Amino acid sequence: MTATVLKTRIALLGGIYSNYLALGEALLDIKQLGVDAIYCLGDMGAFGPYPNRTFPLLRENNVLCLQGNYDDSIGNQLDDCQCGYTDPRDNHFAQISYDYTLANTSAENRRFLRGLPTEIRFELGALRVLLCHGSPRKTNEFLWESATSSHFLEYLADEHSSDATFATHTGVKWRRELSGGRQFVNVGVLGRPENDGRQCVWYTLLEWSAAAGLAITFRPLDYDFRRLAQEIRQEGLPEEFAQTVETGWWTTCLEILPGKERSQGKH
Amino acid sequence: MTSPAPSVPLSHLDDLWFQVGGTLCNLTCNHCFISCSPKNDSFGFLSLDDVKKRLLESVALGVREYYFTGGEPFLNREMVAILVETLKFGPATVLTNATVLKDEWLADLQAAYSKSRYSLEFRVSIDGFSPQTNDPIRGEGTFARAMGGVQKLVQHGFLPIITAARTWSDERELEVVQKFVAMLREAGYARPRLKILPTLQLGAEEQRSCGYHELDRVTPDMLADYDASLLVCEHSRIVTDRGVHVCPILIESADSLLGQSLAESGVSFPLSHGACFTCYQYGAICSNASSGRSRAKA
Ligand code: SF4
Ligand code: SF4
Repeated sequence: MTATVLKTRIALLGGIYSNYLALGEALLDIKQLGVDAIYCLGDMGAFGPYPNRTFPLLRENNVLCLQGNYDDSIGNQLDDCQCGYTDPRDNHFAQISYDYTLANTSAENRRFLRGLPTEIRFELGALRVLLCHGSPRKTNEFLWESATSSHFLEYLADEHSSDATFATHTGVKWRRELSGGRQFVNVGVLGRPENDGRQCVWYTLLEWSAAAGLAITFRPLDYDFRRLAQEIRQEGLPEEFAQTVETGWWTTCLEILPGKERSQGKH
Repeated sequence: MTSPAPSVPLSHLDDLWFQVGGTLCNLTCNHCFISCSPKNDSFGFLSLDDVKKRLLESVALGVREYYFTGGEPFLNREMVAILVETLKFGPATVLTNATVLKDEWLADLQAAYSKSRYSLEFRVSIDGFSPQTNDPIRGEGTFARAMGGVQKLVQHGFLPIITAARTWSDERELEVVQKFVAMLREAGYARPRLKILPTLQLGAEEQRSCGYHELDRVTPDMLADYDASLLVCEHSRIVTDRGVHVCPILIESADSLLGQSLAESGVSFPLSHGACFTCYQYGAICSNASSGRSRAKA
């Protein structure tokens, strides 16, 4: 018999998008805090340079990873990233980063991505935790804060037997309390800033104790964004990607945003 | 005889549509897929009370988003109140021709929208980037009036999604899209959102182009390796003043009426119509891009 866990602290990382510099900072921050486990909810590649640099960091730090749509695509060498963009400009930029990432991800790392699970479940006391990439029912489903009703989230929680659901995929963190103390949390992403004019990126800390229950904290992270922008340019990736990193405003994949999230950005 | 049409089950009621403007419209576009006009009252308005009842009914079913269409929804005097109420429940999208919008309505809607956690999307139909290309399809003077509506929406802090039915050839797509964007920027809409829809050969459109050939039908074979979630009927239903129908496209077909309650409308539907063939080819033409539904690759 293992001893019953009375409290725990877990770091939840969203999409990395090859931003190995932000991942490195996150891991330092996490080490200082001290955690019992680190999970990444998928999408290791996209936008950023040198996709292979992400993987050693994940392995050395025992980060438990989920497979995002990007990872499924790269792992299985599919034709595109399966983000499901409908706009020609969005597709144009998505394809450039996808082709670059696929060409620059080693066979060993592709094998690693291929083998990842699409969901992870665990329990904290009576609390059933579900980690997924987009939504519990579909890896590439976008759940935006302004485009997702609470009763839809209740339905997902019922259907997938989850009291605390964590996802990423959209690139913007948010959180909603549901009935019976349940909740849905988008953990944000390390890969690029949040379209709010700030350069920092975000990850999420889950703290639980039998006495106090669940506490969620979004943690901002500064990292060397100038170096990332420089490397994006060095690798011949679109100038637009470098600008997003430098300004904190999204320049591509904009048509996928609902009205409210789009209004909050600049482009 | 060909094989019977394959049926598509409702996987979950994600999108609930309202035929809130009935079939009444101040315009008479020649591609309108349900032949709306100022005189077509075969479907009537939905009242605020009708909509409220459906919103309450939708909570237990876990509906994700609400869509409003017509006819022209803003001919319905309760439209503003309906949207204000809906924003308490979830995200709302209204499909409008933008020719009858009033400043005081938009001010009220902006106030409700800023208080709501949910998005309110306006999808404005325009069919060309100039009166010369738009007006022959949508009617004399409609380009100027619709653009006036777009400017009002922008002034009130909304980012309308301009939708156009594709009435040009594929080779001209890029050129047409570029001209659209330039035209909208010039009109003061700094970051225009655009959505191009395929035309449906139904209603008035049936006379304009060619109608459906009888071979243009979905067969069981065609659905074998197909992601049915791309079809609107796989995750949506629409409320009219007659009851609950399978999808916004087929309300005029008798077999589209599935029942009186949302719960009883959750049955499988056979894809026996020509329009089903267009859906099959083009995917979820009615959803917003943010829902992440699209054909895998256009
Ligand atoms: S296409 Fe729209 S604006 Fe034109 S007649 Fe039909 S409902 Fe009215
Ligand atoms: S017209 Fe389209 S949405 Fe309607 S039943 Fe046919 S396939 Fe489904």
